[in-house]
Amino acid sequence: MAAGPMRIRAASNGTETEVKILMSHDMETGQRKDASGNLIPAHHITEITATHNGRVVLAGQFGPAVAKNPYLQFKFKGGAKGDKVSVSWVDNKGEKRTDEVVVS
Amino acid sequence: MKGSRYAVCLATSALALMLPATPAGADETAEGIARYREALADGNPAELWEMQGEELWRTARGPKNGTLEKCDLGQGPGVVKGAFVGLPRYFADTGRVQDLESRLLTCMETLQGIPADEVAKTPFGKGEQKNIEALVAWISAESRGMKFNVPMQHPEERRMYEIGKRVFNYRSGPHDFGCVTCHGEDGKRIRLQDLPNLTKSADAARGFGAWPAYRVSSGELWSMQRRLNDCFRQQRFPYPLYGSEVTVALSTYLGVTANGAGESTAPAIKR
Repeated sequence: MAAGPMRIRAASNGTETEVKILMSHDMETGQRKDASGNLIPAHHITEITATHNGRVVLAGQFGPAVAKNPYLQFKFKGGAKGDKVSVSWVDNKGEKRTDEVVVS
Repeated sequence: MKGSRYAVCLATSALALMLPATPAGADETAEGIARYREALADGNPAELWEMQGEELWRTARGPKNGTLEKCDLGQGPGVVKGAFVGLPRYFADTGRVQDLESRLLTCMETLQGIPADEVAKTPFGKGEQKNIEALVAWISAESRGMKFNVPMQHPEERRMYEIGKRVFNYRSGPHDFGCVTCHGEDGKRIRLQDLPNLTKSADAARGFGAWPAYRVSSGELWSMQRRLNDCFRQQRFPYPLYGSEVTVALSTYLGVTANGAGESTAPAIKR
């Protein structure tokens, strides 16, 4: 389930919006070997971007040290109920995924 | 002279400080672990399986191209809410007591035409077994926060409970192990993992009610069948067959013991 949908929750308390993201990704480090001793090639998210109504509120770089099915939580100032928060990631194989959620 | 006496004095006071500190320190560690688990549960990746499972339930698949929406999990056809906390139970159509997973096999065969014995032979985490993981994650999540209410009215259910109780207490194998060796007393643990005393209601609800669960160490979602399979492995017993009577009997025993006690937290998050 390398590129399954993300689970995103965004809640506003009037002044701040808290965003919780659960990504579905294998996050292979490139250090592990399979049952027959061959190296499993690295496959992990390299970039993640979160936008609020189109404005970037978080940009991050991920590496092989981040765990499988990563969880990320952050807050940003502003945001109101009904606004849109969109999260996208790109991995080292060029695969992409974008999911959007409405702030509650 | 004066200096050494001072040193002795310091040493004794340090000792005096250390002695009462040990039990308090242990409490603090337990609290710290509890806080860590709470933080982990907030982003439980089992939710990813739940989302998949909900979709799978409604997706037409298999040779019959059917969905599982008419599957009877014990609360009537298509009723998912509360089904998990009422399983295993006796099903009249199959004439046997079934747990969630063996019941799903029945539904997949009758509604979708996916052969049950093929799925049962598939190794965990592969092929159709992957779909079962997603389904059990979603179905158990629909009963989150509910108390166990595993029925004991039908003679078959009572028989399974008795078998389960015997299996639980049965010691055998090269290590002379039984489930009861690790899960029959309070306060036992393996390394840092607290082991529930599964002969007691509250602990049985906490333990039995936590599976299926996401395992952080392997990044997999383990169903109850897989959990039991691994318990047998740890005791150096032969692997039980998937959905076999012995596994259902054990689940019946654990479920009935958990009845009325704590709330189901499945799918939980484990180390």
